[in-house]
Amino acid sequence: MKISRRRFIVSTAVVGGGVLIGYSATRPSRHRRANAQLASDGAHYVTSFLKITPDNRVTVYVPHAEMGQGIHTSLSMMAADELDANWELVDIEQAPAIDLFANGDLVKGFASELGVPAFLQGLVNASAFKVAEVMNLQITGGSSSVRYTGETAMRTAGAAARQMLLDCAAARWGVPVAECSTSLSYVQHNASGRSLAYGELAADAALLEPATNPVLKTPAQWNIMGKAISRNDIPAKVDGSAPYGIDAHSKDMLYAAIRFAPVFGTKLVSVDDAGLLSRPGVKKVIQLEDSVAVVADNYWRAKEALKLVQAEWETSEFDNVTSADIFAGFDRSLAADDSDQDKEQGDAEAGLSAAVDTIEASYRVPFLAHAAMEPMNCTVHIHGDTADLWTSTQDALGIKGRVAKIAGLSENNVTFHHSYLGGGFGRRLPFNWNVIDHATLIAKQFDVPVKTVLSREDDLQQDYYRPAVSSNFKAAFDGAGKVTTWHNRFTGPIQVAGASHIPYAIENQSIRVVDGPTHVPIAAWRSVDHSQQTFFTESFMDELAHRAGKNPYQFRMDLLQEHPRHRKVLEVAAEAAGYGSNLPEGHALGIAVQESFGSIVAEVAEVSIGADNRPIVHKVTCAIDCGRAINPDTVESQVESGIIFGLTAALYGEISIEKGRVAQNNFPDYEMVRMATSPEIEVHIVESGEALGGLGEPATPPIAAAVTNAIYILTGQRVRELPLSKHNFARNSLANV
Amino acid sequence: MASFKLNGIQQSLDVEPEMPLLWVLRDELGLTGTKFGCGIASCGACTVHVNGLAVRSCVTPVSAIEGQDITTIEGLASVAAGANPSAPSLTAVQQAWIDHQVPQCGYCQSGMIMAVSSLLASNPNPTDAEIDSSITNVCRCGSYPRVRKAIRSLTA
Repeated sequence: MKISRRRFIVSTAVVGGGVLIGYSATRPSRHRRANAQLASDGAHYVTSFLKITPDNRVTVYVPHAEMGQGIHTSLSMMAADELDANWELVDIEQAPAIDLFANGDLVKGFASELGVPAFLQGLVNASAFKVAEVMNLQITGGSSSVRYTGETAMRTAGAAARQMLLDCAAARWGVPVAECSTSLSYVQHNASGRSLAYGELAADAALLEPATNPVLKTPAQWNIMGKAISRNDIPAKVDGSAPYGIDAHSKDMLYAAIRFAPVFGTKLVSVDDAGLLSRPGVKKVIQLEDSVAVVADNYWRAKEALKLVQAEWETSEFDNVTSADIFAGFDRSLAADDSDQDKEQGDAEAGLSAAVDTIEASYRVPFLAHAAMEPMNCTVHIHGDTADLWTSTQDALGIKGRVAKIAGLSENNVTFHHSYLGGGFGRRLPFNWNVIDHATLIAKQFDVPVKTVLSREDDLQQDYYRPAVSSNFKAAFDGAGKVTTWHNRFTGPIQVAGASHIPYAIENQSIRVVDGPTHVPIAAWRSVDHSQQTFFTESFMDELAHRAGKNPYQFRMDLLQEHPRHRKVLEVAAEAAGYGSNLPEGHALGIAVQESFGSIVAEVAEVSIGADNRPIVHKVTCAIDCGRAINPDTVESQVESGIIFGLTAALYGEISIEKGRVAQNNFPDYEMVRMATSPEIEVHIVESGEALGGLGEPATPPIAAAVTNAIYILTGQRVRELPLSKHNFARNSLANV
Repeated sequence: MASFKLNGIQQSLDVEPEMPLLWVLRDELGLTGTKFGCGIASCGACTVHVNGLAVRSCVTPVSAIEGQDITTIEGLASVAAGANPSAPSLTAVQQAWIDHQVPQCGYCQSGMIMAVSSLLASNPNPTDAEIDSSITNVCRCGSYPRVRKAIRSLTA
């Protein structure tokens, strides 16, 4: 697929049929609309994403949600650098949730590189694929903001604006543009020593047509990008003033506590709420199709009253389903092997029959919840035919449209109030509608704002989960000990193409997926399919290395001759971790590497087994090739974050199904890595200069296998099922592996 | 009637004695810097100070703090400054959080800062083991390595 080079309108075919049309940041009609709708007090928008005011301040409007990834700062750095702005004069604002800021560039980026992202497939797979609906999203996800919105829209917007300011100044001075230059928010005419502030030019520059293909800086010309710049969202996060969706507050606000049908997909039959309305502050008991809510003048009062509600739920065929049943179903699907092709190369069947030695292994991982620290919540105030909306979301425009639809209002009459997100990790993407819909239906019954908040228990039990997956492997060696064949069958669905693929030079590969339907709702979870697949493939590769009698690091390096970027990150991580040198008694290093979301990450985990026979992860050394680092400090923090997120899943993460419902309740039985269990983390950024890679997710996939590969060295036990809390490890060190 | 001192100011409210302090702060008083995370004192997002000691407000009934001094994240710096008009607008812990770029999503950080402030007030030079056993707050973004660095910058 090829992206059209035209800047104003970009169209491209997408996987599954249909067409996507993306409007670049510099489409003239948008630029004029921005001036008409949003500019005031002498301010002018010179592109959709930038505003320059007479006081020479630049405001960058960032169309993505800030959930800790530092995106407000990174994207502003990209626009400001291309603009040659003085960073001290740059303000950062969240772009309002209006379609002017819909991020077609993100969709375009995915469409060209990977097909369509998982969270859009619901739209794309529908035969009546509506471009308008896709364009109406304002999504933050897929580790995509910097590499798509940043590279395509923000940098282009900054460069186009700079060119307009240059043209404008040259015209005013009556000199050739080539004699003028820009620096620190000024245009200079060096020959005459004249200079004009951007703020003095903005009004006239706004009347010019933006250039269609402005020239972007080379990395050597960067002044702001590439530097560790402090994030603009942090000061408000240390004094309690940073607003999150759950912090929406007004004197007349009401609060809803809600209980959902415990078995997914079932409905409410009846409710006994006798006497509840006489409790202090309780306003109403509301029955919805799949839930019951109590509305009161304080969340605790609503929650306490809800405990007293007797609800009867309909029975369903899933009422007795357990995790064991689900995995047994996976095993049956895998045995039947009614599979769809994921990747076929060479002749795997022939490779297996000609084998001198074969190895087989079966892996599985459970469902996982997102468990963002801010429990899911949504505040809606419906007044007449208009509404106000507060919620932490990865897609402000989509949520606004959804609330309008559920409330029966015009989308233009819904005002979205932005906030920071108390974590997202995929939970706050579109199609995970359950809290949004319920909050809107509840608020429809009042004329004051109503804040619906899930308890932590509901948040864990009514999530859209990281899918449980089972994966079976076979591999073949020839007489020389070379791996000839890789044979893999796993349960779907595939949410991200290619996650099960391996970079290793193995001649025959048969990788296929079988259906693994369950009644448990699923969604994207940080790193999506890579979180399961990398554990499987990098563990099985380790099994092959040990069977071949080779050092796992060297075994990988030998099979990565075609992948110098993989080799480089492995080399950097291994060397920094002291791979091959002496370790403290009872410690071992495990290694894993994975490419995801455009970045390549190698991790080395230093592990020992504690007196309680549980693994202790002492240190993780990571090397990441994300092309280039826009904000190196943010790169490091995202890598640290991704590793700890993946480590939590590896050590403790399990959502299990009993009687058709989630068995876990709260953090004590859905445990997290905390200070005491958090390893030292060392991050090495490898700047290959290749296309920018994502950062929010790529550090998560390798950690589980890195840890379990070390455990194998320590104990001889191969972990083929997570989490590690299910296993008891006796120390039994293998020498010389 | 519940009476207590909040960030240096006397408060009296007509609420049920068993209402947790968290919901008194957030819903009755509109002080939303203190966060709801789990409701069972497991995650620490709701940590406030009662007479200077870190307490998880989601399980602390308002009756238990009758007449006591409560400090929340909003009042941390001003309470520390007291009557000193030239005191900085942030405490040393808050400033270390900025210097080390600790928060990511930031939702847990009010509680984390309150817990660390209380620890360092009573134990200015904690061992790693003491940090581990007293700072048990959950940060889903995994800011722990930076929390430790920020603490160490204050104890070195």
